[in-house]
Amino acid sequence: MSAIDLDFFRLDNQLSDEEKLSRQTVRDFVRERVNPIIAECYEQGRFPKELIPEIADLGLLGMTIPEEYGCAGVNSVVYGLTTQELEAGDSGLRSFVSVQSSLCMYPIYAFGSEEQKRKWLPEMAAGKVIGCFGLTEANSGSDPGSMRTRAKKVKDGWLLNGSKAWITNGTIADIAIVWAKTDDDTIRGFIVEKGTPGYTAPEVKHKLSLRASVTSELFFQDCLIPEESILPESKGLKSPLMCLTQARYGIAWGAIGAAISCFETAAEYAKQRVQFNKPIAAFQLTQEKLVRMYTEICKAQLLCLQIGRMKDAGQLQPAHVSMAKMNNVAIARECAQIARTILGGNGITGDYPIMRHMCNLESVYTYEGTNEVHMLVLGKHITGIEAFA
Amino acid sequence: MKIIVCLKQVPKNDSILRINDQGNWIQDRDLTYEINESDAYGLEAALQLKEKQGGEVIALSLGPARVQSVIKEALARGADRGIHLEDPAFDKLDAYGIAAVISAAAKAEGFDLLLTGLQSDDYGFAQTGVIAAELLGLPHATIVMDVQPGDGSLRVKRELENGYFQWVSMPAPAVLTIQSGINTLRYATLKGIMGAKKKEIKKLDVTALGIDKAALAPRMEFLRVYVPQKSKQTQFIEGSPAEIAASLMEKLRNEARVF
Repeated sequence: MSAIDLDFFRLDNQLSDEEKLSRQTVRDFVRERVNPIIAECYEQGRFPKELIPEIADLGLLGMTIPEEYGCAGVNSVVYGLTTQELEAGDSGLRSFVSVQSSLCMYPIYAFGSEEQKRKWLPEMAAGKVIGCFGLTEANSGSDPGSMRTRAKKVKDGWLLNGSKAWITNGTIADIAIVWAKTDDDTIRGFIVEKGTPGYTAPEVKHKLSLRASVTSELFFQDCLIPEESILPESKGLKSPLMCLTQARYGIAWGAIGAAISCFETAAEYAKQRVQFNKPIAAFQLTQEKLVRMYTEICKAQLLCLQIGRMKDAGQLQPAHVSMAKMNNVAIARECAQIARTILGGNGITGDYPIMRHMCNLESVYTYEGTNEVHMLVLGKHITGIEAFA
Repeated sequence: MKIIVCLKQVPKNDSILRINDQGNWIQDRDLTYEINESDAYGLEAALQLKEKQGGEVIALSLGPARVQSVIKEALARGADRGIHLEDPAFDKLDAYGIAAVISAAAKAEGFDLLLTGLQSDDYGFAQTGVIAAELLGLPHATIVMDVQPGDGSLRVKRELENGYFQWVSMPAPAVLTIQSGINTLRYATLKGIMGAKKKEIKKLDVTALGIDKAALAPRMEFLRVYVPQKSKQTQFIEGSPAEIAASLMEKLRNEARVF
């Protein structure tokens, strides 16, 4: 059987040898180390922590941060291509790398002191220190400015009180990047270390999505945060939003990986599955489904490579990332649904990755800026009028 | 220990293969490429030997500009430098021609071990390493599963048939053709990929190697490449069970010739 051409627009011709090799490395890693265990992890509701050292050895943690901090120093296109391959395995795995890299290492790199960078980044790149990112609260999602978590200036530092919700990696994290309002209502970032008195991070159980990923709540009760743990350059809501733009960029690529996994599974199945004496791929309704998925995947690939090149050229604006995240996650979600119908009853089983991707993508559709909010970001870009509230 | 590893770039095994207009090879327009499988194991064997013994691993590849990607991959995995043999005169070489060019380059470089894969995934000749050894006047071993270097000598484990192995001792320098699956391939890490950009890739052509182009004239050429014709025929054998069994045995013996 001939393989399916997943490079319809010959985008590989636009990639450097280094970019292609980085993608291949992660593709091989996912095929050899992730795919054999991920369905079972998902069923057990277990994040495969044992893969962290290998992920670190590959250089995936904080990969775009310069070498002087123990990172690989790759460009944004490599970051995108590798997140795509990770999410072809599972959104939970990609989430782990996104959070560690874009939401924890990036703010330390962008807003931290030189001491903080030297202390944390090499250890985080090596996977020895795991991070989580605390912005969202139970009553503060799309409107992060309404957060209630407070950091009060005291003699020895800051006194942190409040809680955070839907925090990836929370329970396994050694440090949390926590965003809190200070006395003048400015939002600042703090590095909160595990073991700080008053800090707890219980895991959210019974999820039906992202089951191979740790999701937690964070509670802070009179946590004394030393002065040297505030991110000195973090000032206002813009700081955490800059982190989210980094992570969303990776999600836009990651969604393609999940979509391709669903599409490839469905296309192979359609060629094998015989009904009425012919493969179901020979039926027009099945071909229409395959073409819909294929077209959306190819378009999403074009979009991502362009935003990747713009990011590396310093031309990328948050609205570009909004469009890519909004579009690509939405089409991945549709692909999962369409692919499932091609597999019929088999599509709902854990023998195939489709239902797992479909459940994961429900979270991805909402987290890191809901589809609706990204739409309104673009609405504002077009009209100049804010329609958020 | 100075080890040269020969790496051939071959079409990926999941490539969409189409026969070219001349009908003598596959279209290269739509192909994607990778390191020949057994060569990748040769590279890993070389890297492991270097880790134990110290020394240098040189990744060598022959072919057009695109083969630099396999050299870069080897550099990313840990090879120290690369040699790229590129010349229009190398375009249509047979196994002898490839071995002649490789041996010229290897001789000029000097080495303790020259490794190739057992055979290439595209042509499958399994000749290049052996011919190179003969041209260099060096001992060689094929289908190598393990390499134990000694003082100026080597002990190598060869795979024979039927689950048998053979240990062979030979003086170094030597040429070994490596079997697939003998070790666990390492990944090219992102740091390795970035670091490879700083490593040297030396380009050598016919002139630099001092090769007589006439000596490279192919001794073998592909006349026709075609997709095997599928033919399926079903026969129903009638009769009593004993007659059916006898007839089936006769057909298996004389028509299908499975015995």
